[in-house]
Amino acid sequence: MIESRHLEQLAAHAFEGLAPGEDLLLSLQAEDSDFVRFNRGRVRQPGSVAQADLQLRLIEGQRHASIELSLSGVLDTDRRRIDDAMEMLRPIVASAPPDPHLLWATDPVHVHHEAPGAPPDALTIARDVVDLAQGQDLVGILVSGSVASGFMSSRGQRCWDVRHSTMLDWCLVHQGDKAVKSLVANTGWDPAEVAEAMDAARSQLALLQRPPKKLEPGRYRCLLSPSALGEVMELLCWGGFSERGLRTRMSPLTRLRDGSDRLSPRVTVYEDTAHGLGPPFSDKGFIKPPRVGLIEHGTLVGSMVSPRSAQEYGLQTNGAADHESPEALVMEPGTLQDREALQRLGTGLYVSNLWYLNYSDRPAGRITGMTRFATLWVEDGEPVAPTEVMRFDESIFHLLGGGLEALGDSLALLPSTSTYERRSTSSMRLPTALIDGVRFTL
Amino acid sequence: MAGPLSTAEQLAARFRDVAPPADFCSLRFVDELTEVISVRDGVPEPTQLRRDQGAMITVVSGGGLGYAATSDLTTAGLRRAAERAAAWASRTAAVSVVDFSAVPFESARGEYVTPVEQPWEECPLADKLSLLQQEVAAMGGDDRVVERVASLMRVRAESAYFTADGGMVRQRQELLAPDASVIVHRDGVTQKRTTGGRGLARQGGLEVLQATGFTGCGARLREQALELLAAPQCPTGRMDLVLAPDQMMLQIHESIGHPLELDRILGDERNYAGTSFVTLDMFGRYRYGSPLLNVSFDPTVPGEFASYGFDDDGARATRTLLIEAGRLLRPLGGTVSQHRARATHPAMSGVATTRACSWNRPPIDRMANLNLEPGDLSFDELIAPIERGVYMETNTSWSIDDSRNKFQFGCEYGRLIEDGRLGAVVRNPNYRGISATFWRSLAGVGDRSTFQVLGTPYCGKGEPNQVIRVGHAAPACRFTDVDVFGGAA
Repeated sequence: MIESRHLEQLAAHAFEGLAPGEDLLLSLQAEDSDFVRFNRGRVRQPGSVAQADLQLRLIEGQRHASIELSLSGVLDTDRRRIDDAMEMLRPIVASAPPDPHLLWATDPVHVHHEAPGAPPDALTIARDVVDLAQGQDLVGILVSGSVASGFMSSRGQRCWDVRHSTMLDWCLVHQGDKAVKSLVANTGWDPAEVAEAMDAARSQLALLQRPPKKLEPGRYRCLLSPSALGEVMELLCWGGFSERGLRTRMSPLTRLRDGSDRLSPRVTVYEDTAHGLGPPFSDKGFIKPPRVGLIEHGTLVGSMVSPRSAQEYGLQTNGAADHESPEALVMEPGTLQDREALQRLGTGLYVSNLWYLNYSDRPAGRITGMTRFATLWVEDGEPVAPTEVMRFDESIFHLLGGGLEALGDSLALLPSTSTYERRSTSSMRLPTALIDGVRFTL
Repeated sequence: MAGPLSTAEQLAARFRDVAPPADFCSLRFVDELTEVISVRDGVPEPTQLRRDQGAMITVVSGGGLGYAATSDLTTAGLRRAAERAAAWASRTAAVSVVDFSAVPFESARGEYVTPVEQPWEECPLADKLSLLQQEVAAMGGDDRVVERVASLMRVRAESAYFTADGGMVRQRQELLAPDASVIVHRDGVTQKRTTGGRGLARQGGLEVLQATGFTGCGARLREQALELLAAPQCPTGRMDLVLAPDQMMLQIHESIGHPLELDRILGDERNYAGTSFVTLDMFGRYRYGSPLLNVSFDPTVPGEFASYGFDDDGARATRTLLIEAGRLLRPLGGTVSQHRARATHPAMSGVATTRACSWNRPPIDRMANLNLEPGDLSFDELIAPIERGVYMETNTSWSIDDSRNKFQFGCEYGRLIEDGRLGAVVRNPNYRGISATFWRSLAGVGDRSTFQVLGTPYCGKGEPNQVIRVGHAAPACRFTDVDVFGGAA
């Protein structure tokens, strides 16, 4: 794993070579990760990845450009890669027009956080998973290792953050698409914790062996697990809270911004960096506020504002990345107690997981998606059968508005399992949601 | 192949030094340079470059397989990676899903290079920004226009694949993915018209801009977006549906491509991307669609986005029909998946489609160029039999179930078809269906005059996650009795 000293040495080398009038921002994303795929309770594809990507943003007045390059961890090699990168950047910056929307971090802030200890070596724990599966059809992935974020600027800013995590994300499959999905995520590896989760999943498998109920299209009462609600919120995070999305009216929450609609007063949502799983600084070097209010009692009160949007629209940035998506989203809990949730549902669907959500009319806030895995038919508060997968197509202003009857009284931590390009440090904390009259179409 | 791949020759020598004794060992090196330039509302956005380079070493030993990826390409760095990969193979051999030592990995030799007519580097940045400015300017001039963007993403992707027993494959792809979009708004209605979210992606140089119709697209996008603002919602009901190639791309991708991936059928993806309604016993006999349906895996189409000579397991790629006259013939499965499937289905064949998105992810079964072969109907002949239907262009929404069966797709631009002719524009056109029956309703296939070669850089799958480039070429197609509907909450 690349250490902070390596970044400091590279920064010193890069800053030393700057010409008068030039500034340089360095942003590092690095990880050492073990990935072990499982299928049928056995190992499908195990391996390790050591990667470190350093972004260099060269600024000269209002002209700028950036390059992201792979670091090797070998000082001489990386110094040469940086020299080559600067050679590429200089003529581009020189020929670039001034950028009226450039805003960059100039305060020499120092942040240093380094988690103690080290993650377990997945070589030594992969067999645990096979043993715990006990020959059952387990499919999924074990991810373990450290993730580092760093930022250094020629104006003196120094930020460094290292975290360790081990995550087992898996399904126990009955047959076909009937499965129980589980996730255990922690800073270390506790076989007892995994065994407990495995036993819980195994006990739910019994119900999946009953003949599935085929639902006709129509409206149904639904109890969404935190994971299922997480799919809805993840879709909303795709442009929903973005200042640019709201300004260009492509946000599904545009009606909240213009006041023509509102969500249930039960809905309060905020970005909670202080209790998230990622670093407190952005890849642009801005320090994120500990909390950004987004929706309060159904009313839109804030947005995610990138430095670029801040400059363009005359606002303060709150350290949002270019995509302006929340990365530590929290929905405040309600009053529905977990042990009473199925009784309150009465007859309807317990939705363990949703899948493949998308907008069916984005500016209007209408979304579609599928049920998945252990979605159960419930009668008089008792789960009685698994269901064939069903498609819903519904307005967000119904799901989190008029149709929302109650929110659970506790929050579940949902760490992102995304590993596109690199391991995500995003997360959400969400309750269950009881919703009446959800429209299913296919 | 000369030039920048000299690093690969050094790597080959280092690999020979560090490759451990094993049943099979390979090194796959990737060096990609990506450049993105954009203009938004007349303002050039800062140029973004990315230089991604590293290598993955794979070791098969004693029945186990392991990999390790690193950007430290020194002999010491590669040796550490080789040792780690060997440790994975050794430690998991007894619990592997298959005896990897029995997999017939190839040790091919060869190369592939994208033909380029107008190299990216020969056009100055200012000239390229000027091209984008022209499109953005053509999208403006109306106070209903909210946002205008034009962008080019260029990738030079070089790779080398070596095996310890002498295999050596070198490939260089030049890729260009242009994109443009305009957002318009009036009286509470917002519409967006695009070139399909980099759906014009092709291999080649700047000649791609003319070939795909990107040059000059700005005025058309603006005009159509404004038409949509004034248009009624798409009607609801069961009716005939005609899909343009830029929606056929998505339809093929989601409801033929993904269900035919052999690793999904074998269960690898059930925790993430999903399973498939297709089972191993369907190949060779299942009626996937109407007799008009012919689908090819074709990595040899010049300029198509995912053309290549060899996959990332070193297997040589050739044009192969997956579905012929509606009958399902073979899956999208590479060397490892074919071997696994033959344990129960000895006649199972496949194609060279084991691919990784970069050096830091292991190869898995992916689509590459997956094309629907053209038929013999002009566009006018295609719509002539339709009394009442809808024509749809350009995907904007996509959702399909775990088994790749129940889908719902939305498009940007629709037009009514009435009495065999294109009629009024309609907005928010959507349709839904079930893969297993939808393709059987294929009632007309357009000819070469309706055919377009398209692609996308954004196909997600795999654990750990990978996003990869795919190509899809298709003509316009007609489907009967489809569940069509419009937007609004």
